[in-house]
This record gives sequence, structure tokens and C-alpha cells, in this order.
Amino acid sequence: MNMISPQRLRLVVVGNGMAGMRTVAELLARTPQRYEITVFGAEPHPNYDRIALSSVLAGEKTLDETVINSREWYAENGIKLLAGDAVVSIDRGNRTVTAASGLVVPYDRLLLATGSKPLVPPLPGLTLPGVCTFRDIADVEQMIAASETHKRAVVIGGGLLGLEAAWGLKRRGMSVAVVHLMPTLMERQLDVAAGTLLQRDLDARGIAFFTNGQTEQITGTERATGVKLADGREVPADLVVVAIGIRPNVDLAKACGLEVNRGVVVGDDLATADPDIYAVGECIEHRGQVFGLVLPIWEQAKVCAARLAGDEDATYVTPALSTKLKITGIDVFSAGALAAAGEEDEELIYQDKRRGTYRKLVLRDNRLVGAVLYGEVKDGPWYFDQMREGADVSAIRDRMILGEAAASLSGSVDPSAKVAALADSAEICGCNGVCKGTITKAITELKLTTLDGVRAHTKASASCGSCTPLVEGLLALTAGVDAKARGPKPMCKCTTHGHDHVRAEIVGQGLKTIPEVMNRLGWMRPDGCHSCRPALNFYLLCAWPGEYVDDQQSRFVNERMHANIQKDGTYSVIPRMWGGQTNPKELRAIADVADKFGIPEMKVTGGQRIDLLGVKREDLPAVWADLNAAGMVSGHAYGKALRTVKTCVGSTWCRFGTQDSTSMGVALEKMTWGSWHPHKVKLAVSGCPRNCAEATIKDFGVVAVDSGWELSVGGNGGIHLRGTDLLCKVSTPEEVLEYCGAFLQLYREEAHYLERTAPWVERRGIAYVQERVVADAENRRALHQRFLYAQQFAQLDPWAEGGHEANAFKTLVPAE
Amino acid sequence: MDGSIVTGGWVDVARLEDIPRLGSRVVATAKGAVALFRTADDSVFAVDDHCPHKGGPLSQGIVHGQAVTCPLHNWVIDLASGEAQAPDVGCVKRTPVKLEQGRVLLALRA
Ligand code: SRM
Ligand SMILES: Cc1cc2nc3c(=O)[nH]c(=O)nc-3n(C[C@H](O)[C@H](O)[C@H](O)COP(=O)(O)OP(=O)(O)OC[C@H]3O[C@@H](n4cnc5c(N)ncnc54)[C@H](O)[C@@H]3O)c2cc1C
Ligand code: SF4
Ligand code: FES
Repeated sequence: MNMISPQRLRLVVVGNGMAGMRTVAELLARTPQRYEITVFGAEPHPNYDRIALSSVLAGEKTLDETVINSREWYAENGIKLLAGDAVVSIDRGNRTVTAASGLVVPYDRLLLATGSKPLVPPLPGLTLPGVCTFRDIADVEQMIAASETHKRAVVIGGGLLGLEAAWGLKRRGMSVAVVHLMPTLMERQLDVAAGTLLQRDLDARGIAFFTNGQTEQITGTERATGVKLADGREVPADLVVVAIGIRPNVDLAKACGLEVNRGVVVGDDLATADPDIYAVGECIEHRGQVFGLVLPIWEQAKVCAARLAGDEDATYVTPALSTKLKITGIDVFSAGALAAAGEEDEELIYQDKRRGTYRKLVLRDNRLVGAVLYGEVKDGPWYFDQMREGADVSAIRDRMILGEAAASLSGSVDPSAKVAALADSAEICGCNGVCKGTITKAITELKLTTLDGVRAHTKASASCGSCTPLVEGLLALTAGVDAKARGPKPMCKCTTHGHDHVRAEIVGQGLKTIPEVMNRLGWMRPDGCHSCRPALNFYLLCAWPGEYVDDQQSRFVNERMHANIQKDGTYSVIPRMWGGQTNPKELRAIADVADKFGIPEMKVTGGQRIDLLGVKREDLPAVWADLNAAGMVSGHAYGKALRTVKTCVGSTWCRFGTQDSTSMGVALEKMTWGSWHPHKVKLAVSGCPRNCAEATIKDFGVVAVDSGWELSVGGNGGIHLRGTDLLCKVSTPEEVLEYCGAFLQLYREEAHYLERTAPWVERRGIAYVQERVVADAENRRALHQRFLYAQQFAQLDPWAEGGHEANAFKTLVPAE
Repeated sequence: MDGSIVTGGWVDVARLEDIPRLGSRVVATAKGAVALFRTADDSVFAVDDHCPHKGGPLSQGIVHGQAVTCPLHNWVIDLASGEAQAPDVGCVKRTPVKLEQGRVLLALRA
């Protein structure tokens, strides 16, 4: 920290995006000490993968997963990041930049990487709420928010970006229409035939198209209500996304007098007219060309970094480009010429209408100069290689339209044989510039076995995903794992293992503590995270009842404090009221506690008991002591545990009641209270099919009928309302208890942490549950016995003395 | 925190054992509640007990690595820098802390 040598040159980077930070990363790899680096970013975020925004919009990735360089990375590399502070001017004479905040920073070298701006036509209505573009995190957040509250979207622009936006919004449940100026979609990358197929497939997925549509106006006064086309057509919408193209962001360069055409003009050295100012990415123009894909930008980053590091020979040449559309299940590949340009060019076309595939190759002088593939794209990279190499294809001309396998002599090429043949330096992932050697090294050294593992450690296949088959091939080749049989989803980012595997290993290998699990199963972070630790704690508790020592530090605050944390940091306390029954003594004790501790609010909960809200952390032990003294125990309203057993009055009072539902509920609660579960568990017992206790939306519901009890499971009243599935009918209260214990134990032993019974029953199927709990009587009894055994150690009131570590509630005061 | 230029402002607030490993305790100070955290390797950090998001009590969160997860909405706060982990943005104030013979000292009067 305090060893900055005075000789370091000052590099200021304007633009914290993909081009700028890639250049910085390349520069650090070459010469970590040469520059003192300051990065300005107009967006308030660290550097993220813009490409992945399409996947975020489609709900396939979280924003977290798009971060390329975290703030720690900047700190570790001594880079000063000013995120959320845009540069507003450049003073070339004094060699300083000025930011919106007023900050002035001097530079020896300046790197412009300001990217581009969405192109917006001067339409009336453009500034209405409900209109946005598709460029950055703020846009995506706006679209996601709109999709939650509104129904209809119109996307203006049927190019790559527009279609990805349309698909994402469709996935989020909106009805979506695309307005496109041209007769066919993606006309710059696809010929008419492929564009037509694409439109047909997206149409089948429920996206409407208005081609030949010139938008004239966005209608609405308070908020966008739709768009009006020049030919009179009107398309209603609550969200209008403008995605018609991009324009290099050259404002700063222009204002300080640099040469600007369409983009900031740079030479082969990526320097602007001012030798101290370099520029990379979508803001530049190189030999008349501007850019919109990352592949050439990675190349620019390499060359620019080399130049900044002092290499006078590094020269930029634009590589050949190919395009892929990121809509799951729709495969499009395009590179080079879309059609024959003249007499000397030839087109080879192959179409299989039934399979919905189409291919066109464009040849010039026996060389491939263009390829358009629709529906099946696995040969895309091979065609692309032929193009880049300028290979003479006359020998394979008759079969090459059928792809690599047909063209090669051996007849078939499997991806692992193909990757085996590649050199270590061969690039596998174009988006992130990762080569084969890096991936195989990571697989061997880190013992990776899953695609997600490779993604996490190398970034390969983490952006657009088109290289996934190659990465899977490398996994097969290097680690011998068949990644195609996609492993289950990892528990969290600390591990590559899924829940079932971890549970099986805990039991199978006899793992008894969290550190042991983490060590043996190769956890990637020494003490895990807030999502895996509570899960492991439960799995161990469930596997080794009476033996495992609960790890308090792996429990969510509510379970540690035996109370529910509230938004202001106070807690709520809910004592158990067995089956919703209470009496004057309990009510008096609750009232006394409320008076004594100045508890601001009391409320009857949805679970048939009383909530004391606004209790201070320090008061908790004393509040419990008083409630305990009146015979009450914790209601576990806070736990991934048995919560409540709701009942109705039943046959004791009700004129329709067929059985004593209240006593049945109390008996169930006495048997199950204190039990820990993958998620919360709620029970209810109704005295007749009128079902006043709402038993058919509970995890385990009981409805009394004349001849006995109907048991049903997997109900949920929460976010996704789900009625229970009928498990079976039984005749005695003893049977109700046995089936309940067995069902809960099966759930405890097999569900994933944070999976409620409803999704679990859906995942496994009610038939499976019936087979284990109803048909197999022996198994039912065994499950019930295991449940009761575990309950011996679980039914300790956490409020009773010794059940908690008293110090945890106290605030320390400084010693004088 | 070593190397902070604090002289004479150190105040003894707790013993190391008062803070559970991978846990936290709260200290009441004139400037408000400060949360002390102890990591698996016994490093101690002190930050305001007030999440940059909506003021959640960070002391009540789950501690992992050199970070704590806020109990209210799961922001992850880096204890060394005080910064929220991306994509969340925010920073919590740190207080210099040092360990001396098993005692935890805070630079409260600096
Ligand atoms: C207090 C209470 C509301 C009330 O005033 O009535 C309540 C309060 C909370 N509920 Fe609830 N739920 C309460 C009954 C219910 C019910 C009704 C019931 O149990 O019959 C439901 C629907 C039934 C169900 O669970 O299927 C219910 C469905 C939820 C859900 C959605 C669960 C789901 O699977 O979709 C959540 C969110 C979660 O658990 O992740 C939730 C979460 C919460 C949390 C824990 C939110 C939180 O994380 O802070 C609230 C805690 C407040 C507190 O500190 O006390 N609460 N909650 C009720 C306490 C019942 C009790 O005595 O223990
Ligand atoms: C939704 C979407 C999907 C895409 N999919 C693909 C794909 O599949 N394949 C592909 O190859 N490409 C894709 N792209 C294009 C790719 O993301 C861009 O080519 C790439 O991000 C360009 O990098 P850049 O650094 O030039 O610009 P950016 O990544 O936009 O970075 C520029 C940064 O500079 C900042 N900035 C601007 N002005 C200032 C200022 N005055 N001061 C400070 N900061 C400033 C901006 O806020 C921005 O963060 C996609 C783009 C989008 C939007
Ligand atoms: S419904 Fe439940 S979670 Fe939502 S505010 Fe009410 S108590 Fe809180
Ligand atoms: S208050 Fe901490 S995450 Fe919301």
C-alpha cells in the first residue's frame, strides 16, 4: 500500500466496460507495476458481462453471475475504481480528465473505452415512462420490474438484441410483439430463408411480428400505451423497448478535438490522433469499420495492452466474425457473406423442412466465404475455421454442405476426438478468450467435474454458451466425466455437488461435522457461505440425531435467537398454543409480559396464536423466562421446523363435527413440535370436510370424516398456492400419528434444504410418497420410529434455561 | 487494520473469547452500536452494526470467510473493506481494531 514508486505512469481509463477492463487485465498480466491505474465508470457497478444481460432478462442467470471483476479485484490490483462517476471532459493540453463529481485526475496515458449508445430515432413519445433501451443493468432492471406489473411489451427492432429482449420478456410472462423495419428478421446476419424460419419458430413460441413496420410514434400521455406504425397499424403495449442498433459513444472524444468519424478514429496501434490517448471497443472506428461484438474487442484489448506495455510492434487486425443468437432452443449461426455477390460466387443450399433445418454456404474461387445455418449449428465452428484458413474446399465440395462428419474421411467426428486434436493454445471460448490449455489445467489441478465448475474457475462457456460442447468434450477428455449427463445443480457456489450427493456422502462416508463435509467433498471456500452452512447443519442433524452438535454459527439469526428478526432489528416472540387452544392463565401471562417489557404490539397470527412484536434483543431471555414460568414454550415461528398445527373446534362443539379435531391437532403438535426440517412445516386438522382449519393447503393436512380421517400432503398457502394431494384414509388417531411421523421423516431425509413439501412432493410424485408411506407398512413404521427417536433430542424448549447461550443477547460496553 | 495511525485512542472492549468463532458481539459506543466479528482464523473486524442497505443488524448475520451476510435481505458485506459484494453497492463504516494479549481494542477515541 505504501510503496507506490514515483516513476509509475498514470493511466486513466474512461469506461468500466468490457473493452476497457479487458485491456487493463491484459496490461496487468504483462506489466503489473508500470502504471498507476484509475478507472472511471458511468455505471455504479463493478465490471460485468454485458453479453449475459440477455440471460439475466430471460431468468437464466442472476446479476451476481455477470460480475467479471469484483471490487476486491480492483483493490487487490491497486486500481482506483470510480464507479458511478462519469468523465465529462478531457483537457489534452494539461493532460487531465474531469468527472461529473468535479474530480480532476491527471494522466500520462488515457484509454477511451466508452462503448456505444443505443440508437434511438427521434420518435414522439420516446420520453414516456415505460420506454427503455436494452444496454445496461438499469435497462434490464426496468424491464424485469415492468414484466412484474404489466402485461404487454413491444420491442422495436428485429435484430439480435431486439429478439433477445423479446424472448426474455416472453419468458417473464409478458405478451410480446416485435416491430421490424425490414421484411425479414436479422437481415444483416441471416438470408431471407433463414430469417423466415426464425420468424416462424419465434411465432410458434408466441411472439407476434410486425415486419415492414416503420414506427411513427409511441402513444400515451402518462405512460406508453403502444406504438403507431406509418401504415396506420397500432400495437398496444405497456412497455416499449427500443433496440434498433447502436452508435459509438464519441461525445468526449469529439469535444476534446480528437478525430471522429462514425467512431473515434484509431490506427493499427489503437492510438488516436493524440499519441497519449488510446481507444478500444465499440467507441472506435478502425479502417472504416465499427464494432458490435466482443471477439474483435478482445483482440483490440490484447494489442492495446501490448502497446501500453511498450511493445512497439503490436498491430491490430480485425478477425473474421461469426454471430450466434442467444435464445435457448433456437440455433442460428452466421459468418461472412450471406449470399453470392456476383457471377463468380456460388451458393450451396440444403434444407430439411421436416426437421426445420437449413444451411447455405457461399463459395468464391473454391473457398468458403460465407455460411448461414439454421436449426442445427454444430458444424458452424468448422465452417468458420474453413473460412478463416481460406482453405481450398474443392475436394469436399460435394459433401461439405452436410457438415464436418460427411466431409471428413473417417465419416464421424465426436467432439472429444475433435478437442483432443486441438493445440493447447487453441481458443475454446471466444467470449472470454479462454484457450484449451487453461481449461485442461483447471480441470486437472482443481479436480473439476462439472460444467459449472469449469465456468466458475475459467469463465469458459460462462457467457454466450456456444462453446459448451467443446468444454464438455474437454471435461470428458481430461477428467473422464460425461458432462452431458449434466450433473445436478450445485448446492451453492462453494461446491460443485448437488444436495442429494452431499446428503448421500454424509451418511455413506459417515461425515459428522461441517468442516469434515467441506474437507472431504472439496468445498471451494473454507467456511462456506450463508447458503450452504445452514443446509449442512440440517443434513448433519438429520443424519446423526443425538450425536451431532448443532452449529449455532451456521444458523440463520432467527433460529439462533429463537425469535423472528424484524425490519428495525427488534424481534417478535410467539409462544406455542397447542392446537390453537389457550386459557386465562396463558393469556394473563402473555399480557403481563407485554406490560412488563413495554412490548409495543400484539397480534393474533395466521397460525392461531399470539405474536408479541418489537421485543429488544437484550430482553429476549427474560421474556421467555416469564412465559416459561406460565408453562409456555417456544412456538418455533422462526424455524425451518414444525410451526403450527391449526385446528377447528370439531365434534366437541360444532354441529357438523365428525371427530374431535382439536384433540387430534394437539396430539399431532405434541408429537411433532421441536422437529427440524428442510423448510417450515405446518399441519392442520379440520373436523369435517367444510375444512375450517384449511387443512388442504398445509404440509400435512387431516380432514375428519364419519368413518375416520383423510390424510393429505404437500399443500402450500404461500407464494404458489397448492392444494394437497390425498395420501390415504385411515380410521384411528394412532394411525394419523404414525402416518404423519413417517411422512415428515421421509421429507426430512430426502428433500433439499429450503424445499417445502409442496415442491418436493411435486418433484418426487405423490405415487412415490404413497409407495414409501402407505403401501410399505414396514417402511412406514421404520420411518415413524426414526422420527420419534430424533424427537427425543429435539424436543428441548430453546427458551428454557440452558437452551441458549445467554451472552449472545447482551451488548458489550467498552471498559474504561 | 495494522498500520492505522491511532495513538492513545485504543479502548479495551472485550476478550477474544467473548466473540464466538464465525460469530459476533455488539459493543455500545458513543457513536452507536459497533459489531465485532471473529473469523475462523481468529481475525477480528469491527464495523458499524448497521447494514448499508436498510440498516439491518449485521452482528446477527452468518459469518463466512471475511464476510458477513446481513440477516434482513442477504447482502454480503466484506469485513475488511466494509464494501457490499457486487451487484449490491454500499459501504459500512469500519473502526480500527487490534488484538493485544487476547483483548480486543477499538480505536474509539481516535
Ligand atoms: C406472524 C405471521 C403473520 C401473522 O401475523 O399472522 C407470519 C409472519 C411471517 N411469515 Fe408467514 N406468517 C404467518 C403465517 C403464515 C401462513 C398462514 C398459516 O400458517 O396458516 C402462511 C401461508 C401458509 C403456508 O406457509 O403455506 C405463511 C406463508 C409465509 C411464506 C410463504 C411460504 C411459501 O412456501 O411460499 C413466507 C416466506 C418464507 O417462508 O420463505 C412467510 C414468511 C414469514 C416471515 C417469517 C417473513 C420473514 O422472513 O420475516 C414473517 C415473520 C414475521 C415475524 O417475525 O413474526 N410466511 N405465513 C404468521 C405466523 C404464524 C405462526 O403463528 O407461526
Ligand atoms: C444485451 C446485449 C447482448 C449482447 N450479446 C452479445 C453476444 O452474444 N456476443 C457478442 O459478441 N457481443 C454481444 N453484445 C455486445 C457486447 O456486449 C459489446 O460489444 C461490448 O460490451 C462492448 O464493450 P465496450 O467496452 O466497448 O462497451 P461497454 O461494455 O458498453 O462499456 C462501456 C462503458 O463505458 C461507460 N462510459 C461511457 N461513457 C463514459 C464516461 N464519460 N465516463 C465513464 N464511463 C463511461 C459506460 O457506462 C459503459 O459501462 C451484447 C450487448 C448487449 C447489450
Ligand atoms: S404476508 Fe407474511 S411475509 Fe408478508 S408482510 Fe405479512 S407477515 Fe410479512
Ligand atoms: S438491511 Fe442488510 S441486506 Fe437489507
